[in-house]
Amino acid sequence: MSAPRMRLLGAAAVLPLLALAVGCAPAQEASPAPATGSGSGSAACAPGALPTLTGGTFTVGTDDPAYDPWFSDGDPSNGKGYESAVAYAVADRLGYSRDHVAWVTATFTNAIAPGAKTFDVDVNQVSITDERRRTVDFSSGYYDVAQALVTLDSSPIAGVTSTAGLAGAKLGAQVGTTSYETITDVIEPRQQPSVFDSNDLAVQALENGQVDGLVVDLPTALYLASAELDGGKVLGQFPVTGTPEQFGFVLDEGSALTACVTQAVDALRADGTLAALQQQWLTSSAGAPELT
Amino acid sequence: MADEQRGRAGADLSGTGDRTAPPAGRAPWSPSPLQLDRDRYRRRAGVRSALVAAVSTVVLGAVLVLGLTSTPGWPRIQASFLVPSSAWAAVPDVARGLWLNLRIMVVCAVVVFVLGVAVAVLRTLRGPVFAPVRWLATAYTDLFRGLPLILVLLLVGYGVPGLRLQGLPGDPVVYGCVALVLTYTAYVAEVLRAGIESVHPSQRAAARALGLGHAATLRHVVLPQAVRRVLPALLNDLVSLQKDSGLVSVLGVVDAIRAAQILTAKEGNFTPYLVAGAFFVLLTIPMARVTDAVARRWGTPGTGGAV
Amino acid sequence: MRAEAPLLSMRGVRKAYGRTVVLDGLDLDVAAHRCVVLIGASGSGKSTLLRCANLLETVDDGVVEFEGRDIADPRVDADAVRARTGIVFQAFNLFPHLSVLDNVTLAPRRVHGVPRAEAEDRAVAMLRRVGLADKVRARPDDLSGGQQQRVAIARSLVNDPVLMLFDEVTSALDPELVAEVLGLLRELRQDGVTMVVATHEMGFARRVADEVCFLDGGRVLERGAPQQVLEDPREPRTRAFLRSIVAAGRM
Repeated sequence: MSAPRMRLLGAAAVLPLLALAVGCAPAQEASPAPATGSGSGSAACAPGALPTLTGGTFTVGTDDPAYDPWFSDGDPSNGKGYESAVAYAVADRLGYSRDHVAWVTATFTNAIAPGAKTFDVDVNQVSITDERRRTVDFSSGYYDVAQALVTLDSSPIAGVTSTAGLAGAKLGAQVGTTSYETITDVIEPRQQPSVFDSNDLAVQALENGQVDGLVVDLPTALYLASAELDGGKVLGQFPVTGTPEQFGFVLDEGSALTACVTQAVDALRADGTLAALQQQWLTSSAGAPELT
Repeated sequence: MADEQRGRAGADLSGTGDRTAPPAGRAPWSPSPLQLDRDRYRRRAGVRSALVAAVSTVVLGAVLVLGLTSTPGWPRIQASFLVPSSAWAAVPDVARGLWLNLRIMVVCAVVVFVLGVAVAVLRTLRGPVFAPVRWLATAYTDLFRGLPLILVLLLVGYGVPGLRLQGLPGDPVVYGCVALVLTYTAYVAEVLRAGIESVHPSQRAAARALGLGHAATLRHVVLPQAVRRVLPALLNDLVSLQKDSGLVSVLGVVDAIRAAQILTAKEGNFTPYLVAGAFFVLLTIPMARVTDAVARRWGTPGTGGAV
Repeated sequence: MRAEAPLLSMRGVRKAYGRTVVLDGLDLDVAAHRCVVLIGASGSGKSTLLRCANLLETVDDGVVEFEGRDIADPRVDADAVRARTGIVFQAFNLFPHLSVLDNVTLAPRRVHGVPRAEAEDRAVAMLRRVGLADKVRARPDDLSGGQQQRVAIARSLVNDPVLMLFDEVTSALDPELVAEVLGLLRELRQDGVTMVVATHEMGFARRVADEVCFLDGGRVLERGAPQQVLEDPREPRTRAFLRSIVAAGRM
């Protein structure tokens, strides 16, 4: 091929690349942010008429499978389980009856990653942290979290009573969770922890003896020990230092609903609904000793 | 026809003397003015082309960079994928994970090659007495080329330890390697079988004619040629194995990609993934060049196809 | 002098590929230290005969006696028989992944258990004999056709075979290279190597052969001294074949 023709081809090749680059402009926001911002309490929260993804429907996201005791029977929409119940309670506060609540599947990692969301709110045992606040919005907390360690009676660490006693253990947790950070920042074991895509794979590994113990939030630990694991036990919970960790609803960054959802959660806490639901769905945590 | 039988250019013509020195009685050749003119033109044209290439590359690069960074979405892209602090934080963890990927790849590659040769040889055994062995080998390759690798990983990595048999190793890396070996051996065995069957039967005849038995023929004549023939395909599989070594993370092991995932969740942007990607690519490029060089040095037939 | 049994004796040999019968009740005797040349048209069975002689092919019927033993018997160790014969093919069949030296030392080391140093010495000596002492480290690809064929001959000779078989070894070569290979074969004849040579080169047959056999229809149609078979053949088909050879300018 002659040189001039090749040059022409080269120039022609640039154009689609440029077009691609220019075309990758950010998508416009689906709804404009409220002029008052997401922190002020007096934003108008018209019942049943919020700027949701789908008009008239409140879309809630959670992961699949949906674990006990946060949900029940793997079906988030049945209203059973703490998070399912709280989600319906919040929706009700905002003016959306049960028929107007839709559930979608959103993985844990996708929910807290930057990017457009397929839900109005996500409820999936997501702890509120400052780092996560950089990429997503949170409502106020609906549950005060304690991290706990679940293990088997047959495990080599079954008799440990302190955090220091875990230094030689092989522990596991789900990727990207505050449970994982509890291992790396609080327990600091000598062996690198095992990290799993989801808690059910982690539970498998525990049952196989490939990890000595799992760090999960306390209600999950209690549920696993009592219902899922054969000979499981909660070794203990980790003391809460500094500001307590809380689970919150996840919303899209800069979402227009953040203020209203926060209001709703605060109202539920104030009138005792949250406490009642915790009583109903979450086993008492009095039985789990503190690991000091 | 004489040229075809002379082998590569410049080789000695059946011992009839050196053709590099001029025959006696003739002055050594030097280029004529016409030829000098032609050379001069070619040189100038070459310089011109090189200049044009350099300038257009620079211009294209500048246009692309400017074009990209001035699009409205660029700050978002930068905040999502190109955060320097996250990249810096990611390097030590991802590098440590990559070390695991490398070790898995090397160990598995060696085992896969040995077993692959064995299975390929079993599949090419002739004679009715070997039929059951051939069927077993065929069944094995069919099965493990059919099962997705991640399925094998989950079955072997969680299912086998779940049996709680005595004496089973506890390390998930071992199970991950077993799954990788099971799957990749099937692919490599098929590639090697193609190589074995592509060695001309006259080679086998020559070896047998010298008195070499079946095993010796295979070992000294057929397999060396078979491996050389399929070397590009084998090295392709090696590069693929390097990537798939990351799937072991589904068993809880922290490799480069899992380390990047942990950091991505922590930092809130995808830069660690880019860092892991860069590490993998940096690893692959030297491997690709080394394999090219090895293929060239061993004189793989067919490399004369370059235009 | 006591009459010695022939080194190679084929009696009533039959070989068919599918429906095509290539050897049809063929008889052939080769006495020790003799050079027997096989001539005949393409497809007359010369190659097949040679391949049956060293068990590269199994015969469908008949007896192949080598050193007094019937080697067509399935109980015979074919590899052991082949270790005592040498065959050189039309297409050289050198091992391209090995150097010339390694090509020649492969069989001594792996079949005859000769230690490496001794095998290499023998190989170098044999390569010197065929005039390729300076090509020891070369690869087959670097050599001309004639050189490759000489390496193939060296590769077979180095194992001290009692019987050498040559299957049209010059048919793929340039005329000027044919001469060098045939010259080597003549030297081997003078050294007393027992040879069976299938060839189209009538000049070679006339000068070097002790006996010429004309193959036609899967049998040896005519055999005798070269002067008799090549200049004054008895059979009309032999005459017709030789006429065609002359017409093609090869005599």
